[in-house]
Amino acid sequence: MIAEAVPEMFVRLSILFEEYGRLLDEDRLEDWTELFVEDCHYDIVSRENVRQNLPLSLMLCDSKDMLRDRVSALRQANIFNIHTDCHVIGPVHGTVMAGGWEASAAYALYQSTQEGETRLFSVGRYHAQVVEQGGRLCFARQRVVVDTGAILTLLATPI
Amino acid sequence: MTAAVQRYVFPATDGSRIPYGMYRDADIYALEQERIFRGPVWNYLALECEMPAPGDFRVIAVGDTPVIVNRARDGSIHAMVNRCAHRGSIVQRQIYGNARGHICCYHQWSYDLTGRLVSVPFRRGVKGVGGLPADFDMGCHGLQTLRVSVLNGVIFGSFSEDVEPLEEFLDAPFVAQIKRLFHKPPVVLGYQRQRIFGNWKLYTDNLRDPNHGGLLHMFQITFGIARLSGRGGATMDREHKHNMSWAAQGSRPEDDAPADTKEGYGDTGRGDMDIRLRDPSMLRYHKEYPDDLSLTVASIFPNCAFQQIGNTLAVRQFRTKSADEFEIVSTYFGYADDDEAMQRHRLRKANLAGPAGLVSMEDGEAVELVHRAIVRDGEKHSVVEFGGRGDIVDQENLVTDVPMRGFWIHYCKLMGIATGGSHL
Repeated sequence: MIAEAVPEMFVRLSILFEEYGRLLDEDRLEDWTELFVEDCHYDIVSRENVRQNLPLSLMLCDSKDMLRDRVSALRQANIFNIHTDCHVIGPVHGTVMAGGWEASAAYALYQSTQEGETRLFSVGRYHAQVVEQGGRLCFARQRVVVDTGAILTLLATPI
Repeated sequence: MTAAVQRYVFPATDGSRIPYGMYRDADIYALEQERIFRGPVWNYLALECEMPAPGDFRVIAVGDTPVIVNRARDGSIHAMVNRCAHRGSIVQRQIYGNARGHICCYHQWSYDLTGRLVSVPFRRGVKGVGGLPADFDMGCHGLQTLRVSVLNGVIFGSFSEDVEPLEEFLDAPFVAQIKRLFHKPPVVLGYQRQRIFGNWKLYTDNLRDPNHGGLLHMFQITFGIARLSGRGGATMDREHKHNMSWAAQGSRPEDDAPADTKEGYGDTGRGDMDIRLRDPSMLRYHKEYPDDLSLTVASIFPNCAFQQIGNTLAVRQFRTKSADEFEIVSTYFGYADDDEAMQRHRLRKANLAGPAGLVSMEDGEAVELVHRAIVRDGEKHSVVEFGGRGDIVDQENLVTDVPMRGFWIHYCKLMGIATGGSHL
C-alpha cells in the first residue's frame, strides 16, 4: 500500500537526509557509512543509462563492506582533486513501503577548491529505501540518479 | 593558422621533447580537427550492437564534429555529419533513437539514412511563387558523409579518401585485439561520460605511458592489478601511432615478481602499502580469453581506447571540445551469452574504471594538473625518456613511456610539423 509518510515520519526522514549530506560535506565519510545497513546497496547511475534501461553505474557498492572499501581507498590509495563538497538537498518525499519507507529528494552538489573557487558539480535525485534499525533510521538502499552524467573531472567522494 | 605549426620546435627527432604549447594553442587545436581527426585516419564511431535495427542511430562526435551513425534499410551502416546542408543546423537532436530519416527542425529539410537529401518543403514555392530555383540539385545537398569500415561489429569512420584500408591502418596487433574483445556478440551495459578540463593529447599521452600506472594509481599497485615490477609491456603498430599497454595474469609481486619491488619504489611509500579490502571479490579475474592477459588498454590513434581491466570491458571515445577541454565517452559491454553472475561481476568490477574508477580516477586529476601548469612557456617541453631515447620499439616492461614518442612522431607527420629542431 502506498501512503504518504505522516508528518512525524517526514521530519525523521528529513533529519536522516540532512545528516547524510552534512557528514559528506564535513568529510566524515566513515561516519557516513554508518547510515547504511550491513547489506545495503548504494549506487550512482546516470539518467542517460536509466532512461535506456542500462544497468551500468558510475559507482556501485552492494554491501556496507564495499562502501567501507570505497572510503578506505579514498583515504589511502586514490589521488583526486582537493575539494570541499556542499550538498544542498531538497525536501524529502516519503512514502510507506513494506518494512520501511521510500524516500526521494533532489540535490545539488557544489565543489569548491582550496582557493575558494566553486563550481556546480552535480545535480540529480536520491531514491532511497529507508528502514528502522535499533530505533534509528538507516539506508537499506540509496540510488543516486545524476542528471549531470558528464562527470566533471572525476568522481571521488560519494554524492 | 598553418603558421601555428612553425610556432613550436620539437628539439629531438625521437619525440623525447614535447613543447607545452602543443597542448594549449587554439590554432594547433583547430588544425588538428582538419589534419588529425579529418586526416588520413580511422576514427572509432560506435558499435554495431548499438544499432541492431534499420533506422537505429547514435549521435557521436569525431573530434568536435557532430556525427550521426545509423543503420540503413538494407542493414548497412552509414555515418554523416549532423549538420544541415541548408543553414548548418543540427539535424538529429536526439542522441540515440530510431528514425525513418533525419529531419532538420528548422526548415524541415529531410535526409534518408544514407544522408541523401530527399525532401524540401515548398521547394516549388506556393502557386509558382517563392521556393528554390528550378535548377536546384537535391543530389548535391546531402549531409556530408564519412567512409565507414566495420571490424567484428566495431564501426570506424574516416573523412579521408586516401586513408589505407582499416585493417592496414590498425595493423596486426590491433586487429587481433579488436577480434579478441569482439570474438562473440557484445551487449552494451551502459555509458559513462567524463569531462576533463585539459588538452585531449595529455590523455592520449597518459594512455601511452605505462610508467604512470604503477606510480599514480595506487589502488592498482596495492591490489596487484598491475605493478611496475610485474609482467607487462607495450605493443605498437608499425607506425607506432597506436599502443597497447598490457599486463599478464599472475603478476602479483608475491607470485612471480622479483624482490626488488620495494627498492624500486624508493621512499615514495608506495612499494609496501598494506591496504586490505573487506570485500575483495571485485578484484577477481575470471579468465575469458585463451591468453593470460588480464589488463589490456589498446589506444588507437587518434580517438579511442579499448579497455579490458580484468572482466571490465569498454571502448572509450575521446571527443574534443577545445584546446582546453575534452570528453571521454565510454561504452561498457559484456557478451550476449553472459549469465547473470558474470554480468553482475562485470558491473561490480566497473568500479575500477571510468570517472569514479578506483584505478582510473587519478587520470582526470593528472591531466588537469599538467594543463594548468603549462599555461605559459609554450616553448618549454616535457621530457620523455623512460625506456630510453632513439629507436621506438615494443616494450617488454612497464617502466617506459616510449609509445608516447611514437604518437608524437606520427602526429607531427600528419600536422606537417618538423621534428628535430636545434636546441637539445
